Amino acid sequence: MLVAIVFMLLVVGSIAFHLWSPSLGWWFLPRASHWDQIDLTLDITFWVTGFVFVAVNLFMAYAVVKYRNRGEDSKPAKYEPENPKLELWLTVFTAIGVAAMLAPGLYVWNEFVHVPDEAWEMEVLGEQWRWTYRLPGKDNKLGTSDASLISISNPLGINPKDPFGQDDLIIDTGIVHIPIDKPVKLNLRSKDVLHDFAVAEFRVKMDLVPGLVSYLWFTPTKTGTYDVLCEELCGLAHFTMRGKVVVDTLEDFNAWQSEQMTFAETQAIPAADPELGEGLYAVCSGCHGQSGEGNVALNSPKLTGMSSWYLEQQLHNFKKGIRGSHPDDIYGQQMVAIAGMLVDDSAIRDVSAYITTFPSTPSDSIVIGNVERGEKLWTTCGTCHGMEGQGNYATHSPKLSGQEDWYVRRQLEHFKKGIRGAHDDDRFGHQMMSMARMLRSEKDMKDILAFMNKLPTQMPGEQLALAQREGVEE
Amino acid sequence: MAYVAYTDREHDFAHPHSWVTKYVWSQDHKVIAIQYGLTAIAVGVVALVLSAFMRLQLGFPDTFSIITPSEYYQYVTMHGMIMVVYLLTALFLGGFGNYLIPLMIGARDMVFPFMNMLSFWFYLLSVVILMASFFVPGGPTGAGWTLYPPQAILFGTPGADWGILLMLISLGVFIIAFTMGGLNYVTTVLQARTRGLTLMRLPLSIWGILTATVLGLLAFPALLVSAIMMTLDNLIGTSFFMPALVSMGELQEHQGGSPVLFQHLFWFFGHPEVYIVALPAFGIVSDLLSVHARKNIFGYRMMVWAIVIIGGLSFIVWAHHMYVSGMNPYFGFFFATTTLIIAVPTAIKVYNWVLTLWQGNIHLRVPMLFSIGFIFTFIHGGLTGLFLGNVVIDLPLSDTYFVVAHFHMVMGVSPVLVIYGALYHWFPKITGKMYNATLGKFHFWLTFLGCYAIYLPMHYLGFLGVPRRYYAYEGIDFIPNSALMLNTQISTAALFVAVVQLLFFINVIWSLMYGRKSDPNPWGATTLEWQTPENPPAHGNWGKELPGVYRWAYDYSVPGAEKDFIPQNTPPRPGEKIEF
Repeated sequence: MLVAIVFMLLVVGSIAFHLWSPSLGWWFLPRASHWDQIDLTLDITFWVTGFVFVAVNLFMAYAVVKYRNRGEDSKPAKYEPENPKLELWLTVFTAIGVAAMLAPGLYVWNEFVHVPDEAWEMEVLGEQWRWTYRLPGKDNKLGTSDASLISISNPLGINPKDPFGQDDLIIDTGIVHIPIDKPVKLNLRSKDVLHDFAVAEFRVKMDLVPGLVSYLWFTPTKTGTYDVLCEELCGLAHFTMRGKVVVDTLEDFNAWQSEQMTFAETQAIPAADPELGEGLYAVCSGCHGQSGEGNVALNSPKLTGMSSWYLEQQLHNFKKGIRGSHPDDIYGQQMVAIAGMLVDDSAIRDVSAYITTFPSTPSDSIVIGNVERGEKLWTTCGTCHGMEGQGNYATHSPKLSGQEDWYVRRQLEHFKKGIRGAHDDDRFGHQMMSMARMLRSEKDMKDILAFMNKLPTQMPGEQLALAQREGVEE
Repeated sequence: MAYVAYTDREHDFAHPHSWVTKYVWSQDHKVIAIQYGLTAIAVGVVALVLSAFMRLQLGFPDTFSIITPSEYYQYVTMHGMIMVVYLLTALFLGGFGNYLIPLMIGARDMVFPFMNMLSFWFYLLSVVILMASFFVPGGPTGAGWTLYPPQAILFGTPGADWGILLMLISLGVFIIAFTMGGLNYVTTVLQARTRGLTLMRLPLSIWGILTATVLGLLAFPALLVSAIMMTLDNLIGTSFFMPALVSMGELQEHQGGSPVLFQHLFWFFGHPEVYIVALPAFGIVSDLLSVHARKNIFGYRMMVWAIVIIGGLSFIVWAHHMYVSGMNPYFGFFFATTTLIIAVPTAIKVYNWVLTLWQGNIHLRVPMLFSIGFIFTFIHGGLTGLFLGNVVIDLPLSDTYFVVAHFHMVMGVSPVLVIYGALYHWFPKITGKMYNATLGKFHFWLTFLGCYAIYLPMHYLGFLGVPRRYYAYEGIDFIPNSALMLNTQISTAALFVAVVQLLFFINVIWSLMYGRKSDPNPWGATTLEWQTPENPPAHGNWGKELPGVYRWAYDYSVPGAEKDFIPQNTPPRPGEKIEF
């Protein structure tokens, strides 16, 4: 009896849960693409399967109540090996139910497979662990690309000899805009491993596979900003591979598009001049020292050994208030003010180039902790920052070896609390916020810093990354 | 002719003499079954503990300082692989297959007992290799149980140097073990059935195990070759699955390989694998329902054909795991159609289970509770499969928690409920003791309701679009706090269910020590394993003479019969016409 009651309660409870869940936010997000047919197919499936769920389970519960053994006076079971007629009816009935779900499913899939001719095309490039986008530019045509052409200055591996590629717009911020009501075909490409481009509101998703170009299409129907998530396991930082897609009105989209750099423009950036940078550095040296050695008393980190791309990125972030604008980030706020004195991107590049001329120096170890345990934790950090802490441009991870532990500690605390990295435009900061939270206790923090203090200071990988960049620019 | 006259007499059937040959290097299928079972359960407990760590991280992301992202992905991977291959496959076929086949078909043992013994030791070796990966530099692989290249063998995935290698080697050894066991099971069922036991008189347990084994023998080679090819890609730089790519800023030397090819090979194994686990469960649960409802299984022939048809179809649905893999999208039409067709024979099985209860005389003993619980979770998991199988609905739901909820319901919870039901059902036969029914009932209710509390809400996280295989969710705007709350609730239920499994182990140990002696046939079952001269059966199973079979396995509550069951080895009464 108990069994039957519980089963009936489970059926009723499941339906109640199903009906309540939307009001609690446990339901599909409002659709922002034209794929209402997907939602309709889903509704049909809910009705068919829901009917079967309720009918079969209630029948079973009823059977258990009615035919449960009641001791001596129980009726014996009926001997009925088969009932071909009933079995046939059940088969036919099931087949009809299946067809009712499959037919619309295949019809809509046919729509998905065939991209309308009027759709415009753009490219989504996935790599560990971020999104980059390419829009076709004025000629409405994407240039060819190849994995072997990928370098620091040509992160998408666009063929520089292809005229169609010259005006392609490179969107390297992780945030892409698309116009509303125009069907768009996304050509999906991966640099390294499998990824999956998914926006819950658009209803469609597809894997990115290295070695081939996959696609999906939709027509955005609602303006707004939507999360792009990677939904195919792509390694350690998979869960931090996020992006945004902004659906704009056509005017807003055009305005945004006109601000983006073309491939040709990215290739024409002049080389940085460390001599000009020397003059600009004067304002930095007051806190960071004449040769970037840092000053713990002034809370100024050491700058030696840092890659120019990292320095550029951080100066840019300070200047724009992407970093350092949090009210609890006192020293960051100072940097926002200072970085504002660098007039433009080329000043940032010059001063960064000058800083990279300082020789690397070993750090002073202050923190004491369990180095062996720290090494275990480091497996996660080293994946992006390099196993020897040398930094890696590919993941936009700065060099950590040789950095003073008091500074690293403060940054980790800031990431954990969202004092650094919470700005919408700071996608690598976002990743660090997620990652830093793995250090939950004081002990974790001490152990990881104790291990980092043991990392060698001079890194060949660091020099390599620099050489690569210079080589490309020549 | 299946019946072998030679084994009729017990002459020169070599019995073991020492403790070692009896319990360690044993060739007795019953001992090997127990060895398989204990190893599988032990490694399953490891996987259960790993899932507890994962749920602690997901449900209480800032409370417990236990696992890092690396460890999270490693545990996800090991949990999945252990549960699917090293627990479920090994326990159903190596464990139940070994124990039940010779006993249910009236044979003295497997036809190749020595190979049977080797099969277990290779299996144990594969488990040892797998567990060793926890102790190598970098730890076990964190590539997900699907081991998709390129990431499985590239820096950036935990365990990309040693872990993945050990995983692939372990799988290779497991497949060798399975092949030795599997050939044995098939040959034994086809060749060593006792006189009178035609194929259409076999208990459905045997049909399920037989078909699953055939599937395994055909499917595992696909996994073996992909493991070998991936090992070559990894060690000597071939490019079976590796296209030209830039990993962490460095151009790799690979060129021209296809990651999608691996997925096809993997799922050509992986989908039949679902049925390698499900079909034995289908078969066993049919027998449990029939015995405890005191009624013949409804539509036996249909049930047999459904098993065979499902087995066949399971080989042409594999790419429904790959709708969003970037393969040619036209495949979607074919695979969605085959996938939904497979729902028809599966639904027939469900109807027949329920119709077996109808007009039965239902004894709600512990094995029966687990069987009914199975029907409920299997209906749920089967129906959600219709969402994912229907290609276009897979677009929003693929790679979300809906998938996790679906496959845990259908091939996690459901088979495990059958395993528990089967363990309780055959416990008196295997050990000669009765289990504690009260503890068993508690175990059922807490497990069953606990599992539903884990997996029902999980589907709704999937509807929302919460992706699977995420270490943490902060910073995703569309995920509301209520969804994170739901995660906490799911974790609480999961940890509860994990702890509740102790009831089972307590019950087993208590019953072995203090349980009362069981009758040889406590449930009044018709099948041969309950008719052995000794309980538990001795080596050689049948004493002097093999039993003969005169009827099918489901003569329950036959009108006019003395008792409400007629064992298969009971000759016809005068004037009785045997229908099956």
